[in-house]
Order: sequence, then structure tokens, then C-alpha cells
Amino acid sequence: MQSSDGRARGAGDGAGSSAGSHDDHGTASREVRYEDPWYDALASGWGEPDGTGTPARAVPAARGEWDAAAVRARDVYLEVQRSEAFQEVRGRYRRFVVPGVAAFLVWYVGYVVTATTAPGLMARPVVGAVNVGMLAGLGQFLSTFLLTWGYARHARLRRDRLALELRWDTQELTRGARGGAS
Amino acid sequence: MTGEHQTLALLLFSGFVAVTLAITTWVSRRRHGSAEEFYAGGRLFSPMENGFAVAGDYVSAASFLGVTGLIALYGYDGLLYVVGFLVAWLVVLFLVAELVRNCGRFTLADVVAARMSERPVRIAAGTASVTVSVLYLVAQMVGAGSLVALLLGRTSGTAQAWTVIAVGALMVTYVSLGGMRATTWIQIVKAVLLLSGTVALTVLVLVRFHGDLDRLLVTAAERSGHGDAFLAPGLKYGGSWTARLDFISLGLALVLGTAGLPHILSRFYTVPTARAARRSAVWSIGLIGGFYLMAIVLGFGAAAVVGPEALRRSNAAGNTAMPLLALDLGGGVGSTGGTVLFAVVAAVAFATILAVVAGITLASSASVAHDLYASLRRPHAKVRGEVAVARLAAVGIGVVAIALGLLARDLNVAFLVGLAFAVAASANLPVLVYSLFWRAFTTRGAVWAVYGGLIPALVLVLLSPVVSGSPGSLFPDLDLQYFPLQNPGIVSIPLGFLAGWLGTVTSDEVADEAKYAETEVRSLTGAGAV
Repeated sequence: MQSSDGRARGAGDGAGSSAGSHDDHGTASREVRYEDPWYDALASGWGEPDGTGTPARAVPAARGEWDAAAVRARDVYLEVQRSEAFQEVRGRYRRFVVPGVAAFLVWYVGYVVTATTAPGLMARPVVGAVNVGMLAGLGQFLSTFLLTWGYARHARLRRDRLALELRWDTQELTRGARGGAS
Repeated sequence: MTGEHQTLALLLFSGFVAVTLAITTWVSRRRHGSAEEFYAGGRLFSPMENGFAVAGDYVSAASFLGVTGLIALYGYDGLLYVVGFLVAWLVVLFLVAELVRNCGRFTLADVVAARMSERPVRIAAGTASVTVSVLYLVAQMVGAGSLVALLLGRTSGTAQAWTVIAVGALMVTYVSLGGMRATTWIQIVKAVLLLSGTVALTVLVLVRFHGDLDRLLVTAAERSGHGDAFLAPGLKYGGSWTARLDFISLGLALVLGTAGLPHILSRFYTVPTARAARRSAVWSIGLIGGFYLMAIVLGFGAAAVVGPEALRRSNAAGNTAMPLLALDLGGGVGSTGGTVLFAVVAAVAFATILAVVAGITLASSASVAHDLYASLRRPHAKVRGEVAVARLAAVGIGVVAIALGLLARDLNVAFLVGLAFAVAASANLPVLVYSLFWRAFTTRGAVWAVYGGLIPALVLVLLSPVVSGSPGSLFPDLDLQYFPLQNPGIVSIPLGFLAGWLGTVTSDEVADEAKYAETEVRSLTGAGAV
């Protein structure tokens, strides 16, 4: 089983490094849990206290209201949206994706526009039969692969753990809210 | 081409058909008939399996045969065209794959409708999805007819018509009986065949040139008759400024359209989590990127080994570059190696078309049943009823595609694929991006975004040189040509975004904060995802 302090740290900035080290060591139980969280969602006991006896949650702001169990399901999402943990996940996602999308769109459109309007520049030889255009074209392939790798790595190390904890907590909260309302 | 290749090619075709039908039977034997099963294949495919299936869905015969031919005939401009197909996947990976997996159930409309007043949004998004699918489907059907005729040397109209009917019947069988599970396995088998065939040919090309890529390029440039110009842009998309603008328009449509293709989006619902969706996108980027890199080598290889005169003689558009290259690499006409390789390439091309066609049919039957039928007919239709409708819709779409494929048989429909991407980018992408990221987006904005992209794209094509007013158009005698470009993307994509913004700022409705919060939280965390 996982330790509770590992999860608590997940809400803070330590998530990146601790998730990274877990990925490297590949602890069996953690691998299983992160590989197919969908199964956990169907299992009945995932919201119960974990091995160390402490209930694991990452939305401290909403905790009290969960105990009251009187929040309506739709308010749960507003509550989670305002929570610090969620703001952190969203911030990390946007801080990577917005510059990323801007960069590759500018690079691609720039490439296509240059190739169609300035073929002379693209035809300039570099080494042997290879010219600027060939390098730019291969550069597009290379940048696509690099950005893919970068995005996957960023998401795995900086977002996944936090998002997964938020997922369980949100689902628990909505269940609580629905149960309280009926 | 002698009869020997064709017999072997036909044998391999039949083998592929037999295997895929066996898969379909096996899958449909154990089906439960639930919507989850039919549209999403039970959602338990692994990222690697789905990555192969996505690559299988995406790489159509237009890529396998068309792109290599384009490179073989026009050199660098073919490469320019390929780049857009790959870079587009960054849009899918960054903005769409995970978020759509988290928010939606089966279709694109699910994501949008969750925040909005459901009925109008579903009808709009469903209509756009079906339009995109039908455009893409007809292009593939016509392609299948002419391709098989070309590869088998049977150019008669009857052979072509029967091919279209056979492809249509097979795809209806796969989809209506096997649903997403069978379609996915067919995509995987096809992707493996396609990639192994491509790897084998690439290795043979490299062996021919002793691994010296520089010599390959130099030989290709020499044989092309264009010299160094062959290795620089401008042979196809150069010339008049209209032609250049047209290519920029196409490039935009390719890059932004992939993320709006319904059959690509629905693939991300076949894996259990957003994380798996991301990993399947990463797999598919690797596979698709690898495939296109090899296609570039093969295209230049065909120019260097076969030469453009022989290619043009066989097919003016260069679509036979791949099989001719295989024939030559195997040892030439009459040799056993040549015969086998030619037959393999022909069979892979056929498998490619069948698989892509099945994927699109499934996605559009989901749009018809889950979005259009559910909104237009019975408000409280049972789930079981919906799957039955989806199966029927697959048959209906199959019949429509066969009919259109037969009618358009002699027309040049190559523009349809570019058009499908343009419509997807103008009608589907704006509404998707706005609903995921814009807090104030409203129902009217969503409906306007869809129609504001869809209608301009279609109207501009009707007024463009592909339909009338020039010798190469569908109706050369008519003159309705008011728009100079063949691809409407550069105008219709901004219009789609503009219409969505305009609809939102002019509507009286205030966006529901709680529903946006739900979309945002669900899309980024996966809470409540099915």
C-alpha cells in the first residue's frame, strides 16, 4: 500500500519529483493503481481509509462540506474548481499547453508560408543534396516528436498524480452530495 | 502488369477479407449489445492497441499511395503536404485527446452538449460530424474503385462498380455486426500490415542505395528531369499566388482539421482513462511519424528507381508509385520477388481502404444514432433502441456511400479529403475548443460556431473552381465560380471561430458557471468519466 504522506505531498509542489521517483522505481502496487484507475472507480472500497488509516483527500476546502453532506452535486464542481489543488493542475496544464500550441502553430504556419512564398530560400544548399527546405521539413518532424515527448513527460510528472487525487475526491464529494440530497 | 501479380494480389485480398470477417464473427458472438460495447468497444483497449488503431484509422490510401506518388512526381512539395498530417497530431494531443476522453461518452456532441441546452447543440454537432464523415467516405469509396481497377488492371466500369459495392457491403458487415470492437481489431491488423509493408520496402530502397540517402536524393533529382528544383518547393504548389494561397489554406485545414474528425475523436473513447488516451496519442504520433518518414524515402525512391515517365504512364496522378516501386525492388516484371511484393502492396492498399472506411462508417452511425436520432425522435429512447438504430444507420450510410461512390465514379474527387478536413476544422474544432476553454460560451454560440463554419465551407466549395468554371471541375460547362481557392479553410476556419464568438456575445443567455466548472473539473481530472 502507499504511504499517506506520499499522497499528502501530492497536493503540493513535491508532486512532480515524488511521482517521478515512483515511476523510476516502479513499485508494483503503485503501478497497478495508476495503470487502470478506472477499475478502482468501479470497486466499492476506494474511498475508504487507506493502509495507514487516514482518509486521503486533496480538496481541503471542500472537506467540511463533505462531512455535512448537504451540498448539491453541481455545487461540488464549483467548490472543486475554486480549490487550490485544482487551480494548480489547471495552471500547470495551461502553462505548458498555451506556449506549446502557440510555438508549434507559429513554426508550422511560418514553414508553410515560407515554403510557398520564398522557395528560393528553401532551395539554398546546405550539405550535399540537402537544402534548407529539407532541414526545415525534417525539423518539423523532429519538433513534433520532441513536443510529444515533452508533453507526455510533463503530464506524467506534473499533473497525473494531482489530477487523479482530485478525481477520487470529487467523485466522493458528488456521491456524498447526491446521498445527502435524496 | 501480368496476370500473375493480380492472381496473387487477389488471393491476399481474400485472405485479409477472411481474417477480418473472422474477427467480426468472433466479436459479434460475444457481444452484449450495449451502447458502451457498440460505440466504444467496451473501453478496455490498451494504449498501444489503440495507438495502432488510431494510426490505422488515420493513414488512408490517400497517404499510402497518394503521398508517395506526389513525392515521386513533385519532390519537395509532396513532403510539404505530409508535414501537415503529422503536426496536426500535436493539436490532438495537447488540446483534445485527454479532455475529450474525460468529458464525453461516445461522440463530439457529448462534450459540447454537457454544458449547453442539449437538443440544438446535438443536432448541430451531429449534422457537422455526419457531413465530414460522408465527404471523407465518398472520397475513399471512389478511391477504392479506381485503385482496385488500377492494381488489378481491370479498368472497365463494371469492375469498378462491383468493387465499390463490395467495399460498401464489407464495411457495413464489419460495423453493424462487430461495432467498435471489431472495427478496432481490423484497424490494428491493418496498421501492422501497413507498417510492416512500408518498413520492408524502405529497407529495400536503402539497400539499393547502400544506405546513402544523399545519393538517393541526387539520383531522384537527376531522374526527375527538374534537377535541384525537385528538392525545393514550388513544382506543384508554386506558380500563381492563388495556387500558393490555396496550399496555405489546405495546410491550415490539415493541421486544425484532424482534431475535429469524428472517427479520430471516437477512438479515444475506447481506452479506460484520459491517461491511456494520451498514451495512445503518443503511440500513434510515433507510428504515424515513422510511417510518413518512410513514405518520404519511398517517394524519392520511386522517383530514383522507377522514374517519373514510367509513373506518369501508369497513372497521371502518381498513385501507382508504391506498387511499381515494389515491383522493381523485388526484381522487376516476371520475377517471383517482384510479383510477391507487388501483390503485398496491392493487398495492403486494399486493407487500408477497407479499414478506414469501416472506421468512418462507425463514427457517423454513432453521430446519427446518438446525436441526431436521440434528439430528433423519441426523447426517452432506450439504450438498446439506440444501438439498434446505430446498426441500421451503418447500413443506411453504407447504402448512401455506395450510391454516391457509384455516381461520382468518374469524377475527380481528390479534393474531397481536403474538404473533409476543412469542414472538420471550421465546424467541429471551434465549438470543441470554446466549450472546453471558454467560460462564457453559450448555446447560441455553440450552434453558430458549428453552422458558421459548416455553411461557409460548403458554400465556398460550391462556388470554387473544383465544382465549376474550369476544365478540371466537376461541371466544366457551368460557371458559378466566385471563389478562387479549391480549399475553403483559410476563410471558413476563422469564420467558424468568429461565429462562435459572435453568437456568444449576442445571446441573452448567461453561461452557467456550475456547468462550466463541471466541464473544466471533469476534463482535467477525469472525475465522473465513464
